[in-house]
Amino acid sequence: MITISNVKKIFKTKDGKFTAVDDVNLQITEGEIFGVIGYSGAGKSTLIRMLNGLESPTSGTVDVNGKIISNIRGAELRKARQKISMIFQHFNLLWSRTVRENISFPLEIAGVDKKKREKKVDELIELVGLNGRGGSYPSQLSGGQKQRVGIARALANDPQVLLCDEATSALDPQTTDSILELLVDINKRLGLTIVLITHEMHVIRKICHRIAVMEDGRVVELGDVLEVFKQPKEQITKRFVQQVTEPEETRETIEHLLDEYEDGKVIKLTFVGEATEQPIITNLIRSFDINVNILQGKISQTQNGAYGSLFIHVHGVQEEITKAVDFLESAKVGVEVITHD
Amino acid sequence: MIERVFPNVDWVKMWEASYETIYMTLIATAFTFVIGLLLGLLLFLTSKDNIRENKVVYGITSVIVNVFRSIPFIVLIILLIPFTRTLIGTVRGADAALPALIIGAAPFYARMVEIALREIDKGVIEAARSMGAKVSTIIIKVFIPESLPALISGITVTTIALVGYTAMAGVIGAGGLGNLAFLEGFQRSRDDVTLAATIIIVIIVFVIQFIGDFFTNRLDKR
Repeated sequence: MITISNVKKIFKTKDGKFTAVDDVNLQITEGEIFGVIGYSGAGKSTLIRMLNGLESPTSGTVDVNGKIISNIRGAELRKARQKISMIFQHFNLLWSRTVRENISFPLEIAGVDKKKREKKVDELIELVGLNGRGGSYPSQLSGGQKQRVGIARALANDPQVLLCDEATSALDPQTTDSILELLVDINKRLGLTIVLITHEMHVIRKICHRIAVMEDGRVVELGDVLEVFKQPKEQITKRFVQQVTEPEETRETIEHLLDEYEDGKVIKLTFVGEATEQPIITNLIRSFDINVNILQGKISQTQNGAYGSLFIHVHGVQEEITKAVDFLESAKVGVEVITHD
Repeated sequence: MIERVFPNVDWVKMWEASYETIYMTLIATAFTFVIGLLLGLLLFLTSKDNIRENKVVYGITSVIVNVFRSIPFIVLIILLIPFTRTLIGTVRGADAALPALIIGAAPFYARMVEIALREIDKGVIEAARSMGAKVSTIIIKVFIPESLPALISGITVTTIALVGYTAMAGVIGAGGLGNLAFLEGFQRSRDDVTLAATIIIVIIVFVIQFIGDFFTNRLDKR
């Protein structure tokens, strides 16, 4: 559906050249929700803007649904953009237009006649759950409602691809979740390919199938969300995964326990898919002569299955602990013995 | 009562003069609005980092606007006498004042238009581009409606400035309240005539401001 090949983007600034996107290669399949995560300045914003030609690459090609976006311009590019729509962090609605008129805007651009526009707008208002708000102006809506208008507007011309530029970053956690659910719903119902950029791992965890991690303009890690959660390779990815799995307090508690019990071990267990349903701790306690103290546990649901993490503190005779660790490792569970940093 | 305060005022002449002032102001405002809007759009579109960035066009337009904005109005009228004579066929009367009024006010309004357009949320323009909108569509459906309150308050200020300009034009024979106040009031030392003309001008300005504010507030849905 989308193929990004050897894409580079160099900006000329007063302080010389700045490489925003550095040799990126990505393939995004039809119907997929693909997430790009990175801190600000990682190049993700530039990357997503090359998918609809708002930015053009310095070198390399961007192919969206058979059209080489990086090569076309003028009327052809404008036509292509009608099928690659975008939603924004700050919604970017026209304050001078009502909800209905905002949703109607892309249809006016596409030259759809008034009768069809009205009908389509009605459907979209229904789809995004804004019934009764059609006559309101954006200033009368909450952030979540504004983003719903943004989504309805983006869907007006029946696009094949939806680009989400930090679409939930300006929203509170509850509203974020409701918008993410709406995106998943649209993805399933309309078979729309969604590409989103974010700096929040929570967003990736909730809705993405695959993920690319960007740092300094390069894609440093790429894979299925669950895989990346289970085994993050790069340091930056580990930090992102920790956003979801390890709250700040856990770190502090573990540090404290490591100081308190010098003989014991703090172990982090990670479970993926079916492994989350095993009675692993029961087995552990029954089979070995050790004490187990559960510190913190969490199961997160991703689009490809469950992902769990459990922090335990074990203490007892050294040999027993070693045997216990061996047992855990053989039980399809990720095992990591935590030591002082 | 009125007879006593304004013993020398010929009210028929006063109404005629008021009509001329209003006539000059309205016609000049209409032209200023259109020309200023076009110039302002040109300035905005060709400015740095904009959709039609063009240093040469921006530079030339900007210089022209600045030159005409810096010439004092009374000097501009004199400078434009040959031009006015060719265009209108005379240099006397209300119509003869129009070229100078428009050329004096349009650059002033053009800058206001440019400022108003700069205030538009860049994200909204980006959104329109991402939907595949043409530049002309963006101008008509984004730029103008999204900056309309500022465009209206700008034309209000410009119209009020134009009322002042008509008075100045009046001194050199364009008619209107300025002409009346100068000839009948100042030169014949009839202070009551000057006072009456001033009061009418103040009322005209108040009415313009009121209408401008009314539309600005009504249109602003932010």
